Amino acid sequence: MDLTILLFLVQDGITNGAIYALLGFALVLVFAVTRIIFIPQGEFVAYGALTYAMLQGGHVPGTAYLLPIFAFVALLFDLYAERSRITGAFLLRQGIDKIVVPLGLLFAARELAGVSTIASLVLTVAIVSALGPHLYRIAFQPLADRSVLVLLIAAVGTHLALTGLGLVFFGAEGQRADALTDFSVDLGPLPVSGQNIAVYVATLLLIAGLYWFFERTVQGKALRATAVNRLGARLVGIRTKGTGKIALALAAGIGAVSGVLLAPMTTIYYDTGFVIGLKGFVAAIIGGLASYPLAAAAALAVGLIESFASFFASDYKEVIVFTLLIPVLLVRSFASKHTDEED
Amino acid sequence: MSKPLLSLSNLSVSYGKVEAVRGVSLEVFAGEIVTVIGANGAGKSTLLNAAMGILPAVGEQTFDGAAMGRLEVEDRVAVGLSLVSERRELFSSMSVEDNLRLGAVRFSEREAQARMAGVFDRFPRLKERRRQEAGTMSGGERQMLAMGRALMAGPKVLMLDEPSLGLAPRIVADIFTIIEDLRKDGVAILLVEQNARAALNAADRAYVMELGEITMSGKAADLANDPQIERSYLGFH
Repeated sequence: MDLTILLFLVQDGITNGAIYALLGFALVLVFAVTRIIFIPQGEFVAYGALTYAMLQGGHVPGTAYLLPIFAFVALLFDLYAERSRITGAFLLRQGIDKIVVPLGLLFAARELAGVSTIASLVLTVAIVSALGPHLYRIAFQPLADRSVLVLLIAAVGTHLALTGLGLVFFGAEGQRADALTDFSVDLGPLPVSGQNIAVYVATLLLIAGLYWFFERTVQGKALRATAVNRLGARLVGIRTKGTGKIALALAAGIGAVSGVLLAPMTTIYYDTGFVIGLKGFVAAIIGGLASYPLAAAAALAVGLIESFASFFASDYKEVIVFTLLIPVLLVRSFASKHTDEED
Repeated sequence: MSKPLLSLSNLSVSYGKVEAVRGVSLEVFAGEIVTVIGANGAGKSTLLNAAMGILPAVGEQTFDGAAMGRLEVEDRVAVGLSLVSERRELFSSMSVEDNLRLGAVRFSEREAQARMAGVFDRFPRLKERRRQEAGTMSGGERQMLAMGRALMAGPKVLMLDEPSLGLAPRIVADIFTIIEDLRKDGVAILLVEQNARAALNAADRAYVMELGEITMSGKAADLANDPQIERSYLGFH
C-alpha cells in the first residue's frame, strides 16, 4: 500500500463516516425525544436517494404519491382520535397539513421533475421530511407511552413495511444520480471531487444547524426538555406528541440529505438503506444513544474501518464493522451502571 | 359566592383495582389558598395528578366554568392550571434560564422575557443562578425554580404538591411567604402538605383527606383548632 492508496482510503472513509455521522445523529435525536430505536432511518436514505435520482432524471418519484397516501391515513387516525371534539380550526389545520401540503408537493414534483438540480434537491428533502411526521402519527403515536421494547418492535415492523413500499413505489431497479457538480480539485496526489466536498460541507452545515436549533430556539429546547423529562415537559405545556413528529421530520430530513449525498456515489436500491442505517446505528450505539459528539467520532471511525476493511478483506468488511459493536457493548455494559427503564 | 375556578366533584382515581381517591369533591375560588392535609398515602398527590390530567379519573372536573375532564395535561396548562409536582420534574441538565423559558413555551420571546423578569423579582436567587444547571442546585433552589417555571405559564390556579418536602425550616418559611404573595397577586393556590401546621396557617380553607376520602373540610383556622386534627396532624407543641 502506498501513500496514494492510503489517502484514497482515508478520504473514502471520512466521506462515508460523515454520512454515518448524520444518520447516527438522527438516531440519537429520535431516541432521546421519543425512546424509539429508529430502525427505519436507513429507509429514509434510500427514499431520499431514489427520489432525488428520479427527479433528476425527469420522473415523478414514488414518494410523491406515497406522501398523500400516508397523510390521508394519518388524517383518518387524527379524525378518529379527536372525533368527539372536532372544531373548524382543527379541520383547517388538518386540511393544510394532511391534504394541501402533500398534494402541493405532488403537483410540484410533477411540474419540476428534471428541471434543475436545485429543484430536485429541495423537493426531495421536502417530500421525504414530510413523510416523517405522518409515519410517527400512524406507527408510533398510538404507542407513545409504551416500553422501549414495544417501540422497537414497532420500529422493526415499520422498517419492513417501508422496504416493501419502497419496492412497490420505486421498483426493483437500482438508481444512481448525477453528481451535484463535476468540480474537482487535486490535493497533492489525491483528487477531491465536488461530491466529496459537498458531503463535508453538508455534514458540517447540518451539525451547525442542529446545534443552533437545539441550543438557541424554543422549539429545539422543548425537544431537549422532552428528552430530559417527559412529564416535566407536559407540565409546562409542551405537546410531547408534537415533539415526536418534529423529531421524525428532522430524522427523515437528515436521511433525505444523506440519500441525496450518497446517490451520485453508489447505486441505491429500494432496500440499500438498511445496511447504511445500521452503520449509523453502530455509531449511535457507541455514543450510548445519548452523546452527539461521541456518535460523530464513532461514525468517522466506522467509516475509516470500513474503508480499510474493504481494501484488505473486502468480503468481510460488513462483518468487521459490525463486530466492532461487541467489544463496545461489553465495555459499555461494564462501565455504565444499569438503570431500569422508568415506567 | 361566585363560581369556583377549579371544581372537582365526586372524583375517583384507581390504580388497577385499588381506589386511591374515592368520590372527592373540592373547590378552589379566585384569590384563595386552599390546602389538603393528610397522612402519607392518603391520596393527596394522586388527587393533584388527576386534577392535572396526568392520571385518568372518573368524575366531574371543571375549570373556570368549563368542563376540563377530557383535556390533556398540555391543554390544562393552556387554560390556566399548573402543577408543581412533588418531584419538581425539572429539566435537570438544562440551565435555570432555559427551564424558565420553557415554562412559557407557548409565548413569544418578548413575552417570555417579561415574565422571566417578574419571576426573577420574586425569586432573586434564581437570577443569580440563571446560567447554572438545574440539577446542580440545592433543594430549596430547585423548589423555587419549579414554582418559577410554573408561574411562567401565567396560571390562574397553581397546585403545589409538598413544596416544603425536604427543605430546611428557614427555606420553608420563605416558600410560604411566597405562596401568600402569590395569592395577593391574584393566583389561587391549591396546596397539598404534610406540614399541616404551616399549611393551615397559610390557607383560607382546608380539606382533610384520609384513605382516599375527604373526611373533614372547613375554614383553615377552625380546623387548626379542632382537637381531633390537632391530635392527628399537628402533634403536641
